[in-house]
Amino acid sequence: MSISPQEIKGEFLKSKMGITGISILAILVIISFTAIIAIPSETFSEWNNPTNWISYPKIAIPGWVNLFMSEKIPEHKIIENPFETTETLGDISVISHQFAFNFNYDFFPNDFIYEFSAQYTGTPLLEIIVVRPDGLKLELLSTSLPKSDSLTVHKERIFSTDDSIRKNLSLQFEKFEFSLENLSAEDIVFSNTKTHHPLKGNYVYLINLYGIDTQNKISESKLIVGGKAFGIMGTDELRRDLAIGLLWGTPLALFIGIVVAIASVAMGLLYGVYAGYKGKKTDEVMMRFNDVIYALPALPFLIILSVTISNSIFVMIGFLTIFGWVGVAKVSRSMALQIKTRGYIDAAEMMGQKKSKIILRHIVPQLLPYAFASIAISVPAAITTEAGLSFLGLGDPSFPTWGQILHDANVFGAASRGLWWWIMPPGVMIAITGLAFVFIGNALDVIVNPKLKR
Amino acid sequence: MALKKYVATRLVTMFGVLMITLFLTVSLVGSNMDTILKQGVVFQVRGEITADPSIANSFSSTEEFEEFIQSQIDQRIETLGLDEPWYSPQRIGLTMYKILILDFGNATFLTSDAGSTDVKEIILEKLPRTILLFTTATIIISIIGIFLGTLSGSKVGSVLDRITSSFAIISSSFPVWWIGMLMIFLFAFVYQIFPARATPAIPPSDPDYVFSLLYHMALPVITIVLIGFGAWAYLVRNFMVGIMQEDFITSKRVMGISRKKIIYKHALKNAAPPIVTILALSLSGSLGGAIITEAVFDWPGMGRLYFEAITVMDLPIIIGATYILTVFFLISIFIADLLYGYFDPRIRTGQ
Repeated sequence: MSISPQEIKGEFLKSKMGITGISILAILVIISFTAIIAIPSETFSEWNNPTNWISYPKIAIPGWVNLFMSEKIPEHKIIENPFETTETLGDISVISHQFAFNFNYDFFPNDFIYEFSAQYTGTPLLEIIVVRPDGLKLELLSTSLPKSDSLTVHKERIFSTDDSIRKNLSLQFEKFEFSLENLSAEDIVFSNTKTHHPLKGNYVYLINLYGIDTQNKISESKLIVGGKAFGIMGTDELRRDLAIGLLWGTPLALFIGIVVAIASVAMGLLYGVYAGYKGKKTDEVMMRFNDVIYALPALPFLIILSVTISNSIFVMIGFLTIFGWVGVAKVSRSMALQIKTRGYIDAAEMMGQKKSKIILRHIVPQLLPYAFASIAISVPAAITTEAGLSFLGLGDPSFPTWGQILHDANVFGAASRGLWWWIMPPGVMIAITGLAFVFIGNALDVIVNPKLKR
Repeated sequence: MALKKYVATRLVTMFGVLMITLFLTVSLVGSNMDTILKQGVVFQVRGEITADPSIANSFSSTEEFEEFIQSQIDQRIETLGLDEPWYSPQRIGLTMYKILILDFGNATFLTSDAGSTDVKEIILEKLPRTILLFTTATIIISIIGIFLGTLSGSKVGSVLDRITSSFAIISSSFPVWWIGMLMIFLFAFVYQIFPARATPAIPPSDPDYVFSLLYHMALPVITIVLIGFGAWAYLVRNFMVGIMQEDFITSKRVMGISRKKIIYKHALKNAAPPIVTILALSLSGSLGGAIITEAVFDWPGMGRLYFEAITVMDLPIIIGATYILTVFFLISIFIADLLYGYFDPRIRTGQ
């Protein structure tokens, strides 16, 4: 029964399963720290705020898919920090922003959006011109900003669906050898002049702001070329970058799993040892109570609790613990019954040691190896239960967990629409995290329970 | 005698659990339930009064009319006993008694396919489908599991044994509902073999309904089996490994009885009691999991009913479904306990 920590460590390092489990866990911990350091916590609290994701594409496939495609899918581009120049021509000052990018795809982009905030007085003129790889210059827009006598800040998003852009393009029909009718702006801007196919190469978007005031300024200037591929993990229906959700899910899942496992094992251990050591009536009553909790249907109860009391992640951890300690208590009790009969416990009792001291000093340490194995084994259950509750839409809305990503995927019918990048990664992450702990738990179990060795 | 005492303690515990579950459920949803009941009364009384225009005409002002309605509502609330707070012992006792005799009242939002709002009727309509789905799946799982477990248990260390064991470990850490989503993706989107939604499109009155139901059931059953049989096989394997090392098996082998006969006739017979016990337990476990699995596949059973009830906060259905799920859960635990007690000679003889 008693094994020294050194022996456990030695045995554990010999087990292939244990090593695999520990390695996966180490990777997950590294991911967690990267997530905590690299992604500011404001981002994940904005997870359910749609305005935060407005410049991102809808259900975009992960960017790396293009590596395996013969026909490249346009990647979603958010271009910030343009090349800025300011000129003064007599009375008129010209601020120009240049966005240069390489368009190297076999399909037309979804759209393009120019987002800016301008500071001005009077009625400055905003001009958008695109210079294409074939040298062709297309005038997209020439519009005056709303008149203002005092210094004002004007924010606007100009969409490619803008009517004046369409009109301006149809006026330049003679540059194209095909009919521009019923074509959207992006289908014209990014097309070959001879045939209606995408034109690859370097494009430059020129934004000019003409005004008489030298104080005029464009800030937060951003060009979005809408594509169907984005980032490492793609985006979902609500335009959220799945990579951020997946990264943030890692520390959350580890936190939930480990806290629930430690709390329930500690609770069960103390409960079981106390019942076993006390014996007689106390034992009987405590074990009956244990039976009652054991027979409660956990999932319906967790659902009702989260609906009626609170779905905060911390309250959820408490509820999961309530249903998690029962099995451990049963085993600890029977182990405590065995240890109780040993000579040194009698000796300690005869020396008049306090009961609490006997339990904590002489019995509990004997059960620690078993406790560690149980902690590792109960982590996956806690993680999958939380994921299941989140999947039903009962998760804490202020934290993006993997279960919640899958909940949204299910709500928007991702599976039957074939959006694999939305359903695969969260489930794989849940499974990998579970597996890591199952491996560690099984490896420990073999060491702690010599009966399983064959 | 000992067995009787064992059964009696189990029965008492089970009944205690049932009452505690009921009490907890009622106290958790009590205040919300109270508001809903009162709103129901207001709605009903208003409906009854406005249905008869002569009552409204007999009042000179709207204030007086409103006052009359209010007094009627108060009166009705008092006769129904709703004026007492929901946590008063009588109210809780009455509610628990009503639930115990399966009187769940009327659902607030949801209806059965036939259009009834009676919670009991809704549940009776959904329950057989859940039982059908999960019993079918569990039977298939146990057949595959017992067969595979026996095979790998009799050849410890073989390739089959190692594959079974690792499959069991790996499959147990995947959530069933996620595999369900993948299966929908694979068999409803990539290869369009099965429908994505498990609810049959034709009404239950149609003679083809049964076939349609079975066809729609295929994908959920495959998913549950796929996730479940590994763990089963692993359990059966472990029992078999233990039994194959027993002396009586060795002596049978010495007697020259063929290996096949030993495995299937003698070893499996001795492994049967724990296997049957676990079968009863796993049925109860699968019922709890039904809530999420049915939500994924849109299977029109208890689980989806529960899920829908949560989304719209239909409390009478939540209470009713929780009660029914608990009863089923307890019955299967009880059967498992009985089987365990029956097979375990220590309990049977009272040692």
